[in-house]
Amino acid sequence: MATVSLKKLTKRYGNIGIVHGIDLDIADREFIALVGPSGCGKSTTLRMIAGLEEISAGSIEIGGRVVNDLPPRSRNISMVFQSYALYPHMTVRENLGFSLKIAGAAKEDMDRRVAEASAILGLDTLLDRRPSQLSGGQRQRVAMGRAIVRHPDVFLFDEPLSNLDAKLRTQMRTEIKKLHAKVQSTVIYVTHDQVEAMTLADRIVIMREGHIEQVGTPDEVFRRPATRFVAGFIGSPPMNLHEATVDDGQLVFASGEKLPLPAQFKANVATGDKVVFGLRPDDIYPTGHGISSGGAADVHQIELPITVTEPLGNETLVFVEFNGTDCVSRMLNPRPLRSGERVAMSLDLSQAHLFAAGTGKTLRS
Amino acid sequence: MDENSSARLKRQLLGIVHRIGLFLAMLTICLPGLWIVLSSLRPTVEIMAKPPVWIPQEISFDAYIAMFSGIGKGGIPVIEYFRNSLIISVTSTIIAVAIGMAGGYAFARYRFRGKSSVFLGLMLTRTVPGIALSLPLFFLYVRLGIIDTHFGLIIAYVALNVPFTIWLIDGFFRQVPKDLAEAAQIDGCTRWQAFWQVEFPLAGPGIASAAIFAFLTCWNEFALASQLTRSVSAKTLPVGLLDYTAEFTIDWRGMCALAVVMIIPALTLTYIVQKHLVGGLTSGAVKG
Repeated sequence: MATVSLKKLTKRYGNIGIVHGIDLDIADREFIALVGPSGCGKSTTLRMIAGLEEISAGSIEIGGRVVNDLPPRSRNISMVFQSYALYPHMTVRENLGFSLKIAGAAKEDMDRRVAEASAILGLDTLLDRRPSQLSGGQRQRVAMGRAIVRHPDVFLFDEPLSNLDAKLRTQMRTEIKKLHAKVQSTVIYVTHDQVEAMTLADRIVIMREGHIEQVGTPDEVFRRPATRFVAGFIGSPPMNLHEATVDDGQLVFASGEKLPLPAQFKANVATGDKVVFGLRPDDIYPTGHGISSGGAADVHQIELPITVTEPLGNETLVFVEFNGTDCVSRMLNPRPLRSGERVAMSLDLSQAHLFAAGTGKTLRS
Repeated sequence: MDENSSARLKRQLLGIVHRIGLFLAMLTICLPGLWIVLSSLRPTVEIMAKPPVWIPQEISFDAYIAMFSGIGKGGIPVIEYFRNSLIISVTSTIIAVAIGMAGGYAFARYRFRGKSSVFLGLMLTRTVPGIALSLPLFFLYVRLGIIDTHFGLIIAYVALNVPFTIWLIDGFFRQVPKDLAEAAQIDGCTRWQAFWQVEFPLAGPGIASAAIFAFLTCWNEFALASQLTRSVSAKTLPVGLLDYTAEFTIDWRGMCALAVVMIIPALTLTYIVQKHLVGGLTSGAVKG
């Protein structure tokens, strides 16, 4: 059980910077997810914490102890790899007990801890099999078992579910959440899947090109994205983002369409400002088919043509044409709609976001 | 005849053709070996007969008996040659495999300046025919005083085999996922322990095959050995074959018998190690 603290952590390969001096404090027993598109430096950051990658500058503290130059074995961490990295020449039991064997643990102690881990993960019947005789989900569980056997201070997960099919992924996601509740240790979880990050983490760290864009709870990063990038990355389907110019209390879009400037941003923008207007699919819907956002709604009505509809059963994703491009909206209690049909749409502007066009930073104060 | 039965007939016919083809190929490969065994058991008249006598009329072990009968009774120092061959082949194989493991691992795992040129350079040494080097080597060895010694031949064979073992072992280490050594390090291993506990066992079949190839190269090598050895204390079995040539005659039967004696250990070793040569051990390490 330990805190983890990254201070100005930097990684360079020659002249190419991968991670640019990031700062992050992780509390004891916290579940942190690092998310971002591929190449954003999240895996490199994790590998630096693990000690598999040397750091170019800055420092890493685990439990208050600086571990910059310690080898992986001296950091009391464990890691679950994307490829599982099970030892193919060992049985499940040997895989689970390997770290204890290396540490020179007594036989009884080893058996007890392997039994404990296999009970938590339901591996009891598989102990004498080899990794090649296991299914993907079972291998994944063995990899997690190998991590818990060590009773580490920090668990590191490197995209552990990305090799599983969609159904198993959802199932294993729940198992990881339960596991964290049981073993109560600090977890750093790398993923490119924002749904995984949202469902699992206490706090999410969104990274882009070696920088941290935002750190916050799932609710914070969803409701109050700090940058345009975060707004577009978190949420499925993604937020609708359209460039506009502020003109006398109105947003004027490239196509000439106009929307009133959302009240919450009036103080922060002036006529002539270039901005990016963002609205989640939940906040734009065919009139009468939306999520009630309570009394504070600032609903604007507009008639828009439908391009495509994607029925999902309890809801339908309706793509309407706005500002010359598709704009996705979520329709609850769906009724049949035809492509090309013009429908009255409600835009809840109280939920809208505005970002500065240049920097991409939020204009919310 | 309907489509299904004609397809079945075609498949059966293809199967038969396939087997005949395989039989002919195996026959071509095995016939020289079989001919050597047969020739070691039949009289010289039969060996030299034209047209060839396919089925031996009489079989005798005279050549083998004579071989071990000692000098003067048609014998040659086969025990000494055998011992020399064994010492030289085993020692040079061990050294070549050790260097091959270190080199192969480095090429498979590390990035360093001039890596591809060094690798290419090593492979290019394979293009030089060994015999072309025998004269320079001979002079060098004479100067160094290591002509006609086990040591001299061992270093020549190590040099001969190292590029090949590096190349082969490099390929096998490449197949062992990097993640495994990293996982082992996180599990508490040092870099060294991670190698011996995880990467070495997984590359084992590859290392075994490199060892077999290196051993057979040394065991069967004739050209260099014939130049660099002279006496009974250093001559290897292939060079020993020359003992059966006299000024005007060649004892084909004796030569064949010695060849059989040479083949047996190589064959046995390959047979023992062959199950380790079968790969597929890494399946299941990663998502497969």
